Amino acid sequence: MPSYDGAADPAAPLLEARGLCRSFGRVRVLHGIDLTLAPGEALAVAGPNGAGKSTLLRLLAGLLRPTAGEVRVLGRALHGGDAEARRAIGLLSHQSLLYDDLTLVENLTFAARLYGLPRPAAAARAALEAAGLGERSESSPPRLSRGLLQRAAITRALLHRPRVLLLDEPFTALDAAAAARLRQMLRERLTEGLGMVIVTHHLAEVWEIATRVLVMVNGRWVSDQARTGSLEEFLPRYRAWIDA
Amino acid sequence: MPETLRLALAIAGKDIRAELRSRTALVSAVVFAALVLVVFNFARDPTALSAVDLAPSVLWVTFALAAMVALNRAFTVEREHGALDGLLLAPLPRSALFAGKLLANLAFVGTVEAVTLPLFILFFNVDLRAALPGIIGVTALATVGFVSVGTIFSAMAVRTRFAELMLPVLLLPFMVPPLIGAVQVTARLLAGRPLSEMLGWLRLLALYDVVFVTLCTMVFPAVVDE
Repeated sequence: MPSYDGAADPAAPLLEARGLCRSFGRVRVLHGIDLTLAPGEALAVAGPNGAGKSTLLRLLAGLLRPTAGEVRVLGRALHGGDAEARRAIGLLSHQSLLYDDLTLVENLTFAARLYGLPRPAAAARAALEAAGLGERSESSPPRLSRGLLQRAAITRALLHRPRVLLLDEPFTALDAAAAARLRQMLRERLTEGLGMVIVTHHLAEVWEIATRVLVMVNGRWVSDQARTGSLEEFLPRYRAWIDA
Repeated sequence: MPETLRLALAIAGKDIRAELRSRTALVSAVVFAALVLVVFNFARDPTALSAVDLAPSVLWVTFALAAMVALNRAFTVEREHGALDGLLLAPLPRSALFAGKLLANLAFVGTVEAVTLPLFILFFNVDLRAALPGIIGVTALATVGFVSVGTIFSAMAVRTRFAELMLPVLLLPFMVPPLIGAVQVTARLLAGRPLSEMLGWLRLLALYDVVFVTLCTMVFPAVVDE
């Protein structure tokens, strides 16, 4: 299945945020955030609770409007009413985005229709099979364990072959085997040219996948560097940033 | 098939499939309508007011209250597991989302009305045979208008803490014009009055539909997008 290639500007980065600010009432959560994502890059965004990581992810997905600044996806303005800009994005949030009253295959078929995939039911079944959920395709979300539900949510996020994948704590509730399988799948997607932003509290889970590590504290980047060396070397600096 | 219509049908189809499986809103709305009819039936003094005189008001109050129960579900189903985010992330125009929700709501409210009407005939013993095509027509005309407004208020209310309470508070004032028009037309239909006596009200209902379907389609993106 071909991935989305609707770039307005072929030379544009997959995702670009400039001067992103977001306030909720009088509380300013993000302060002028810049971010660029190139094909094959995986940004690990870490930080303490309340740092603004999930808000940033929702802004990058187009689910929140920035108070100031802009987000561009493949050169298209995300918040300018251009529906096509959203086609390149896949989101795994804290919630599954699945309907309780539909089976997994019905949920994914509906998602496939929203993205205009050819033969949506077949695409949904193929995606579930590939995720190891083929036998559960006729189950509804409430009948799944937390781990299986997370796998279903990941399958939904990847169904339309997005160019940009936004992941909020993707390893939550996955057992070791499922987490390893997800890591492997994410690595494969990176080699295919997909870019991803992974928000996490647990750097250990994403350290091997990440190409860059960004640390956010109080809505500002305190570090943005290529992932080099081991996690053990990085952690003392990370703790110093978040304790400062 | 135009892309917007295809997407709208996909959304409406999803809502109808989910509702047929759970039947939560439909059963609640029909039971609620039956209860309203029972209360009106026993509260009425047949020696003081004939069934035919009371029937138009009772029919439309029942339709309106039952529709409110059905409309409440439109966006509450999208609140579960952040499903609304899934819709807003997809590359569909917001007008397709509104049209899909409107179609699904029309199907639900139409079903509730279709079940309520025979119950109404049963309880009030009103002979509707001659007036039935007209009543179906005016029901369709009035329903499109208030369901359109109900769809947008349902999207608005779902973001509040008391969605179930907010929807009636927001919607009822906007339901008054189509309800008055529908009651007036129904009363004339039951009395066997000529069409010329209803034309003014029918024009009002048609105008309400055109204005509010257009307005709601235009305003909807601002309601669902943060």
